[in-house]
Amino acid sequence: MSSETISPSAQGNDWTEDRVADVLYKRELDRTDGGKITDEYPGLDLDAAYRVQRKLIDLKVAGGERVIGVKLGLTARAKQQQMGIDSPLTAVITDRMVLEAGVPIPMDELIHPKIEPEIVFVMKNRLSGPGVTAATAMAAVGSVHAGFEVIDSRFTDFKFTLPDVVADNASSSRLFIGADGTDPAGLDLALEAVVLSVNGAVVATATGAAVQGHPGEALALAANALAGRGEAIEAGAVVLTGGLTDAVFVRPGEQITAEFSNLGTLTVAGA
Amino acid sequence: MITDTRDNGAAQALLEAYRTHQTVPPLTDTIPDLGIEGAYGIQLAQVEAWKVEGRRVKGHKVGLTSRVMQEQLGVDQPDFGHLMDNMFFADTEPIKAGRFISPKVEPEFAFVLGKSLTGPGVTATEALSAIDYVVGALEIIDSRITDWKIKLADTVADNASSGGVVLGSRPVKPADLDLRTTGVNLSRNGELIATGAGGAVLGSPLNALVWLANTLGPLGVTLEAGSVVLPGSMTAAVAAAPGDTITATFAGGLGSVTANFAN
Repeated sequence: MSSETISPSAQGNDWTEDRVADVLYKRELDRTDGGKITDEYPGLDLDAAYRVQRKLIDLKVAGGERVIGVKLGLTARAKQQQMGIDSPLTAVITDRMVLEAGVPIPMDELIHPKIEPEIVFVMKNRLSGPGVTAATAMAAVGSVHAGFEVIDSRFTDFKFTLPDVVADNASSSRLFIGADGTDPAGLDLALEAVVLSVNGAVVATATGAAVQGHPGEALALAANALAGRGEAIEAGAVVLTGGLTDAVFVRPGEQITAEFSNLGTLTVAGA
Repeated sequence: MITDTRDNGAAQALLEAYRTHQTVPPLTDTIPDLGIEGAYGIQLAQVEAWKVEGRRVKGHKVGLTSRVMQEQLGVDQPDFGHLMDNMFFADTEPIKAGRFISPKVEPEFAFVLGKSLTGPGVTATEALSAIDYVVGALEIIDSRITDWKIKLADTVADNASSGGVVLGSRPVKPADLDLRTTGVNLSRNGELIATGAGGAVLGSPLNALVWLANTLGPLGVTLEAGSVVLPGSMTAAVAAAPGDTITATFAGGLGSVTANFAN
């Protein structure tokens, strides 16, 4: 790249990484979706997008939120191949995203929420790449929980490129974590199944293998990718390992249930 | 009893397609008024012809048990087909290329009955206590209808698109399984291709057995002790080409089952 490379501002746009973070934070607070940033700001590549994501989290922390863990996105191998990547995306979860069991999903705070069942880890040890394998990753996991993640893109119709969605903190919004943790040593997570139903009718089934072949593999790849950005997964962190099924839209009054083979059952409702 | 000569022609054409691999255009195009009863008549005519050749009914399959398949065909209930003795393959046994026309594979439980079941009025608890054991299975589905262009009556007439069955060899008592949340991973040539759980089958595969018993009962058919019932697929079907090795790995101690398609 020469110094003569035309910057977005020289093209009449005035996008900066700071401004992208501001715009995405405002969309979330105002419950408004909008177009892709990359349409107007071609300079937003994946590296820049992770810097934007960090700025967005800084804004949330300045607003009183506390970082509690990591979410992994795009953990299905088939989807990674479509998008041309070979490890999960990472995003940051904060205490404000956590909903207690029995609390309805606050539709009036969200844009167009979808929900997906996930296997959730609570870390007992710090996990820092590079060189993390699925086995070492699983050895750092303290307990495994049933989970639901509510995703809510700040982009219209969930239409985004990879840098857009990374900048948008991987569409993260809300989450539920089952209270009862299970020791990972007693579980075969590749065959841990979930049955997702809406108002009693089964809409999807899957196993943990849908997440990178094994959620521990997703965790290892994420830890190694985070190391490349100078970050680690801390002891005590909550890790959302990735959607087991396709996400389904949440509609007011609907009851959505995830029944796991060994991790228990979670039921949530759209307010 | 089959009296409609058009339907007899359809049964003959389907029987012929097994031998020649010359597929039959959709019956719903060539017999526009073909209903479900007529379609089952065509299926039964083929079963009778097979019995005359010395083949025996070893069990039944239930199809169209997933929400996706039911929506695709615009139906709200399953269908059934007959499993004949020459449709069974051993785990990992090479399946000759050319045995099937356009095969696809589905991971399923297989129920082996210890007691007979006769509907109507069969309840879930009666169905459960009639199952001697469960094994993992791969169902090979195939279509004698051109390019799988099937509507409900087409697949019903074509023995519910049955092809073959590969049964696993690790029996588990049904009381030791939660049929709804028992998972399966399906891989083709070592690459994971689909995952699912029993809940994909009518909410629980047990519901498929209840439906089958209660549907066959009024037709004068009993599900016999010792027979095999395939209740329906836990994932979308996966296409199989010559040389493909397709393996289902089940939770719940059911182990794995492999369909080995020879070159």
